[in-house]
Amino acid sequence: MSSSVLATVISNGQEDLLKEWVQQQIQAEGMRRDLIKVEELTAQSREFLQRFQGAVGSGDLINIRSIAWSPVLESISDLSRQRGRMGFTPTETALFVLSLKAPLTRLLREAHKDDPIKFIDEITVVGELLDKLGLYTMEVFLQSREEVIIRQQEDMLELSTPVVKLWDGIVALPIIGTLDSARTSVVMESLLQRIVETGSEIAIIDITGVPTVDTLVAQHLLKTVAAARLMGADCIISGIRPQIAQTMVHLAIDLSAVTTKATLAEALKTALQRNGMKVVSSSAV
Amino acid sequence: MPVINSEVLPVRREGDIVSVRQAVRKWAVEIKCSLVDQTKVVTAASELARNLLIYGGGGEVKLEKLQEGLRGGVRVTFEDQGPGIPDIQLALSDGYTSGSGMGLGLGGAKRLVNDFSIESEVGKGTRITITKWK
Ligand SMILES: Nc1ncnc2c1ncn2[C@@H]1O[C@H](COP(=O)(O)OP(=O)(O)OP(=O)(O)O)[C@@H](O)[C@H]1O
Ligand SMILES: [Mg+2]
Repeated sequence: MSSSVLATVISNGQEDLLKEWVQQQIQAEGMRRDLIKVEELTAQSREFLQRFQGAVGSGDLINIRSIAWSPVLESISDLSRQRGRMGFTPTETALFVLSLKAPLTRLLREAHKDDPIKFIDEITVVGELLDKLGLYTMEVFLQSREEVIIRQQEDMLELSTPVVKLWDGIVALPIIGTLDSARTSVVMESLLQRIVETGSEIAIIDITGVPTVDTLVAQHLLKTVAAARLMGADCIISGIRPQIAQTMVHLAIDLSAVTTKATLAEALKTALQRNGMKVVSSSAV
Repeated sequence: MPVINSEVLPVRREGDIVSVRQAVRKWAVEIKCSLVDQTKVVTAASELARNLLIYGGGGEVKLEKLQEGLRGGVRVTFEDQGPGIPDIQLALSDGYTSGSGMGLGLGGAKRLVNDFSIESEVGKGTRITITKWK
């Protein structure tokens, strides 16, 4: 088929087409007038139409993954992501491309007034083309939603490491979260920094809130303990639950160089003892 | 062996390792593993998923829930199209690492589960399968 007809039709009828298309979008059921202004919609539509016209001019109306169509896909992609963030539904988002069908059909019908067969041929191809672009819109939309979910998950997993002063020279560092992401070493470094800042002699690293202790986590812990020691602070690792202890044995992780305690309370007791203190019941005094 | 249920998870990024651990944990709970056994199989999966990402360049993890008579099990397969392991015995030995790890993950994972098998071809990739029975 002569794709040039579509290209010509678009360039001849450009302003009208744009107006009609924008009108179509505004009137469409489910158009979120509350979320987007007419001016913005018009600007987006004009930009898209220009790129669309360029791609149509290439002659390829079948394969939207070809180079000629990449500017069009790019603008769909931007629009999809933007609308996803703004709270449009997938249907509302896909309407953008799909509502171009009616005005294009009208233009083609006029162009092929005397040749209904040609008109049908052409409108079939254009219909399929717009469907593909509509599906692509959905695809990007859903993908961007997924990305948002993944990011939220990561945020949740982000380590939290408060430094709690328990006594003069004794700090506790309860670690809550997964300890095996790229950020871990950064967090561990800042943790060391805080041991130094507080001038602590003993740091209790409590891992009750770390769900899995594997070799990488153990490596991070051991490195931190070694570094703290170099800076003059002794570490006690507490909160090693029985199931974690058993697993570490199977992994052949050697913690013999580190003081470990089952609970934070026991670790505190040990720390106080080392500082020459003892907690006794008041009746014993 | 009857497979009751299966699921495939891609591992392309660090966050995917967390998803693998969560999925394995969920299934281990479903077959009523003890807390110790849950922890063991989750930790083994964590090791293998990270190896898959770091050394194998990413790949897929397949989880299967098994039923053999009254006994339930979780089978997890880690498959990558990475460089493969030239010397499996060496890789399994404690303390050997070609990277910057402790060299304990692979051998440790083997000790943490009931069945462990490893197939690897240099230049083709690696497939490791572990099973934890209830
Ligand atoms: N999927 C894989 N593809 C290629 N090589 C692998 C793969 N898994 C493991 N290896 C090789 O086996 C070695 C040993 O693995 P292992 O998990 O025991 O140690 P590590 O990952 O180096 O350190 P750790 O697990 O203790 O943090 C690795 O250093 C690597 O050379
Ligand atoms: Mg490893």
